[in-house]
Amino acid sequence: MTLETPAGAGGLVDLKLAHSNKDGIEIVDVEGEIDVYTAPRLRELLIELVNKKNYQLVVNMEKVEFLDSTGLGVLVGGLKRVRAHDGSLDLVCTQERILKIFRITGLTKVFGIHESVDQAIAARKAEK
Amino acid sequence: MATVEVTFTPLPVHVRTARLVATAVARRSGVAESLLDEVRLAVGEACSRAVEAHQRHCPGVPIRVALTDDGERFEVVVTDAVPESEHGLPAGIGLPAGTGLPEDTGLGLAVIVGLADDVRIESVGPGTSVTMSWKRRTTAF
Repeated sequence: MTLETPAGAGGLVDLKLAHSNKDGIEIVDVEGEIDVYTAPRLRELLIELVNKKNYQLVVNMEKVEFLDSTGLGVLVGGLKRVRAHDGSLDLVCTQERILKIFRITGLTKVFGIHESVDQAIAARKAEK
Repeated sequence: MATVEVTFTPLPVHVRTARLVATAVARRSGVAESLLDEVRLAVGEACSRAVEAHQRHCPGVPIRVALTDDGERFEVVVTDAVPESEHGLPAGIGLPAGTGLPEDTGLGLAVIVGLADDVRIESVGPGTSVTMSWKRRTTAF
């Protein structure tokens, strides 16, 4: 597992990012708050992964405490990038307060949202 | 007169502070605990939208957040110095096809409209104000 984002300069960890490969799918673990301040770090990581030819992504949001539209925009941007390579970007999320934001914006119709990383991987492999 | 007013430099890092203040004032005003997440998110969206606009047009001008409890409703007004027509959508932030909403709808506005009981977007002087309000559902202590 690669840890991408250590503690911020102020000592507070607003967002932690890590990624690892499982069964050929890159799993991105996100912890903390994804907002207008921190979302650029997630965007950079997704771009870096795609540039390294990782086109099957699962973003695990189980430890995300806050998500705003900037974060949604980053996820949509990531989805567009992997789809340009016939790839996929699925989400793992069971928190109602986070799921509500996806429902309000209609993005539940755009992303595959799963209850666990294993379920997301299984769903992706079933589609192949 | 607002119960609490906050002005902040238009930097992304300060949006979190505005969210925290709004949540604290909403809790003190008696907004139901179940709605505090909605207040936090909606205020954050309005402030993020203002910060993005100020960074493009007037990075030296502060953004104002006014929080008012009138006994029946909790109201938050986020006022910026950028005309609504200049807000625009940052690249890649618009809704993708298939959501059922117009594709030029900003995600931030879609979230605000989905969360607040009432939303108004108005021209105020040279800028724009986003007014969001929630009915109070419990009694303040």
